[in-house]
Amino acid sequence: MKLNLTKVVNGCRLGKIKNLGKTGDRTMDIPACLLYTKTGSAPHLTHQTLHTIHGVPAMAQLTLSSLAEHHEVLAEYKEGIGKFIGMPESLLYCSLHDPVSPCPAGYVTNKSVSVWGIGGRVEMTASKFMAIQQALQPDWFQCLSDGEASFEEAASIKRARKSVDRSLLFLDNCLRLQEESEVLQKSTVIGVIEGGDVMEERLRSARETAKRPVGGFLLDGFQGNPATLETRLYLLSSVTAELPEDKPRLICGVSRPDEVLECIERGVDIFESFFPYQVTERGCALTFSFDYQPNPEETLLQQNGTQEEIKYVDQTKKIKTTSCNQEMTSFEINLKEKKYQEDFDPLVRGCSCYCCKNHTRAYIHHLLVTNELLAGVLLMMHNFEHYFGFFHSIREALKSDRLAQLKELICRNIWF
Amino acid sequence: MAAAVNPTSLESAPRIMRLVAECSRSRARAGELRLPHGPVATPVFMPVGTQATMKGITAEQLDALGCRICLGNTYHLGLRPGPELIQKAHGLHGFMNWPHNLLTDSGGFQMVSLVSLSEVTEEGVRFRSPYDGDETLLSPEKSVEIQNALGSDIIMQLDDVVSSTVTGPRVEEAMYRSIRWLDRCIAAHQRPDKQNLFAIIQGGLDADLRATCLEAVPSSRTEMTKRDVPGFAIGGLSGGESKGQFWRMVALSTSRLPKDKPRYLMGVGYATDLVVCVALGCDMFDCVFPTRTARFGSALVPTGNLQLKKKQYEKDFRPIDSNCTCPTCQKHSRAFLHALLHSDNTAALHHLTVHNIAYQLQLMSAVRASIVEKRFPDFVRDFMGTMYGDPTLCPTWATEALASVGITLR
Repeated sequence: MKLNLTKVVNGCRLGKIKNLGKTGDRTMDIPACLLYTKTGSAPHLTHQTLHTIHGVPAMAQLTLSSLAEHHEVLAEYKEGIGKFIGMPESLLYCSLHDPVSPCPAGYVTNKSVSVWGIGGRVEMTASKFMAIQQALQPDWFQCLSDGEASFEEAASIKRARKSVDRSLLFLDNCLRLQEESEVLQKSTVIGVIEGGDVMEERLRSARETAKRPVGGFLLDGFQGNPATLETRLYLLSSVTAELPEDKPRLICGVSRPDEVLECIERGVDIFESFFPYQVTERGCALTFSFDYQPNPEETLLQQNGTQEEIKYVDQTKKIKTTSCNQEMTSFEINLKEKKYQEDFDPLVRGCSCYCCKNHTRAYIHHLLVTNELLAGVLLMMHNFEHYFGFFHSIREALKSDRLAQLKELICRNIWF
Repeated sequence: MAAAVNPTSLESAPRIMRLVAECSRSRARAGELRLPHGPVATPVFMPVGTQATMKGITAEQLDALGCRICLGNTYHLGLRPGPELIQKAHGLHGFMNWPHNLLTDSGGFQMVSLVSLSEVTEEGVRFRSPYDGDETLLSPEKSVEIQNALGSDIIMQLDDVVSSTVTGPRVEEAMYRSIRWLDRCIAAHQRPDKQNLFAIIQGGLDADLRATCLEAVPSSRTEMTKRDVPGFAIGGLSGGESKGQFWRMVALSTSRLPKDKPRYLMGVGYATDLVVCVALGCDMFDCVFPTRTARFGSALVPTGNLQLKKKQYEKDFRPIDSNCTCPTCQKHSRAFLHALLHSDNTAALHHLTVHNIAYQLQLMSAVRASIVEKRFPDFVRDFMGTMYGDPTLCPTWATEALASVGITLR
C-alpha cells in the first residue's frame, strides 16, 4: 500500500492511499472516515438499507471488543470476517476497542490486554491476539497496545512510560508472529502511539514506533470530552511531526466535526464515524451545514431564516441542559421536540439521503414518540450520509484551498 | 333497532374481487382485489404495521419484498399522532409514504387486548389511555371518522369483540351489537367511493350465533341490502380457542358468505393455519406473529422455525433457507445472525423481519400458483409433509379441516 500526498496546507494533508485490499487495487482518499460498525454490522442497518446511503466509506471499522468472543467460530469459518459479516467487498480495519463504550480500566498487564464483549472480558496475550487476527483476516488492524495512561486524572510519568514500553513490546511480538503467519502477510499492522499526556513519552513512542515496519499509526489516548482534547492538541502536533509523511495517521475516539477539523490541522488522516451513531441514539439528526460555498441566493435565504432559528435553538439548548440532554451538540436537532410534530419538511432540505427524500420531520417525530424501531434506521441513514458528505466537503475544501471557510462554518454552526 | 337508511348505502357495493381460479376439490380460490392503490393477488397475507411503520423496515424494503397491502391500526394511530395530523400529511399513505394499499382495523380488537382499560356500551368503547390517563370514546361513528381521515383502502367496521374463550349471553349481545354497529358505520362512512368498508362476522364459537350473524349481514334479502358491503371479515377467532372449534367456525362462515366477495380471516398467520384456511375458502389474512417472532430471534422455514439465538446455530454457515430469495438469505448465514442476535445491534431484528415477511409472502404466492395450476391438493400434501414429516404427524384439527373440504393427506 502506498500513500501519495497531493498537497499539505497548514498542516492538513490531502492525499490518496493506493494498492489497498487483498487484491491490491482499492484506493482511499484522505482525509477520510471509517464506517462505524457494531458486531460487524452498521448500527440498525442491513445490507439493503446501508447501500441506499451515498458516500459510504471504502473502509469499515470493526471492533475486537465485539468480535473477539467469536474467535472460534471465525477460525472454523476460515474465510475471514469480511465474508462472514456479508461485506466481502469492503476494506476492513480492526480496532481494539469500541469508541462508544469505553472499557473498564486496570486490565492491562505486561503480557496481556483485555477487551470487553457481550459475554464479558476476553484477555489476550500477543499470541492469542494474533491468532484472533488470523481468523479475522482484516486489511488493517490496530496492534495490541496499552492505552490506559490517558485514563487517570493526573497521569503519572511512570504510567505513561509503562504504556509506551508495553506497547512497543507488544508491537515487536506481534510483528514477529506476523512473519510466521502466511495468512497474515496480507494484513497491515497499525502501530499505536501511546504516552499519556507526557510529551517526552509521546515523542519516544512516535520515534520508536516509526522505526518498526508498520503500515500506519494510531494516535491513542486523545479521546475524552471536548475540554480534554483541547489540552491535548499541542501534544498531537508534536507527535505527528515525528511520524513519516508517507504512512496514514488514524485517531480513535475523535469524531465530532469541530474536533475532526482540529485534528486534520495537526496531521491526522483517518477518523471513526461513531458520532453520527451517538446522534442517532439520542433521537437527533445532524443538520449542520458544510456547504462552504453556497450560491448567493441560498445564503440570503438562509440568513433570513436562520436568525430566528439561532435565537430559538439557543433558548432550547438552555432548557436541554436541565433535562438530561447535555450531550446534545449544536450540530443537530432533537426530533423528539414538540415543535417537529407538524413539521412536514425533510430533516435537511436538499439532503439526498433516503430519509430526506421520502420522509418528514413529523414522521420521524412520531416514530420516536411511539418508540418505533424504524426511527433508528431512518436517523442512522440520514446521519451517516450527512457525516460522509461532511468528509467529502473537507476533501473538496482542501483541494480548492477553502478549508478556512469550512472551518468557520463548522464553528459558527449554521443550521439548514 | 334498524339504523336510519342512508341513501348511498342502498347502492350496490363495488365488486372489488375478481376470481381467477377455484380449486375443484376444496373451497380454495385464487383471485385479484382491485383497490384504489393497485391490484392485490389473493390469497394474500398482510403484514401488520400498527403505528404507521412496519417495525424496523423501510417502505422501500417492504415494497421490494412484493408486499402490496399491509395493516395500520385505528386505535393506536387515533391516539398518536391523531387523525388531524395524518390528514394534514395527506392521509396514512402520505404520512408513512407507502404507495400501495392499506387496511386499517377499527380498534375493535383492542377491546380484548386492552380489556382492563376499556368499557363497552351500546354507544361505543370507552378507553382509558395508557399514556396520559385520558378517556376516549371509540364509537362506530368515531372509528369510521378516524379511518376516513387515514384514507386506507379497506376500512373495518367497529365490532363488539369478545374473547373467544368467553361463553354465555355476552357473546350473543356482542354479535347483535356488531350488526347494529355495522349499520352505524355504513351510515357514517363519508368516502365509500375511495375506501372499502368491510363487515365483520361475529358470534364467537357458537354455530347458531355465527349462522344468525351470517344470515343477517350478507344476505341479499331486501331489508338487508343496506348491508351490501364490498367484503367480509371473519372475526372473533384466533384467540385462545381450540383449533377444533376454530376451523369449524371458519368453515361455517365461508360456507355462508357470498363467493364473489373477499373473505378476510383476521389474526391468522401461522403457516399451517394459512394453508388450511385457504382450503376452507379464505382470501385475506393478517397476523403480527411473523414480524413479532422475528424480533425474538425466530426465523420461519418450511419445516417450522429456527430459534437462531440457540447455540446450535453458532457455527451453522448456511443461510436460513437456501430456497429463499430474500435479501437476508442472499447475504447472510445463520452463524452471523446468531452472533448479531447476541449483540445490541438492532440490525439483527431487521434481517429476520425481512426474512419472515418474505417467507409469508412466498408461501402465499406458492399457494396461489398451485390453485391457478389446478394442483392445490398436491401442494397441501407436500406442504404438510415438509412441515410435519409424516402425514400422520399433521395436527388432527388440520387433517379434519382439510378432509371436510375433500383433501386427504395420505
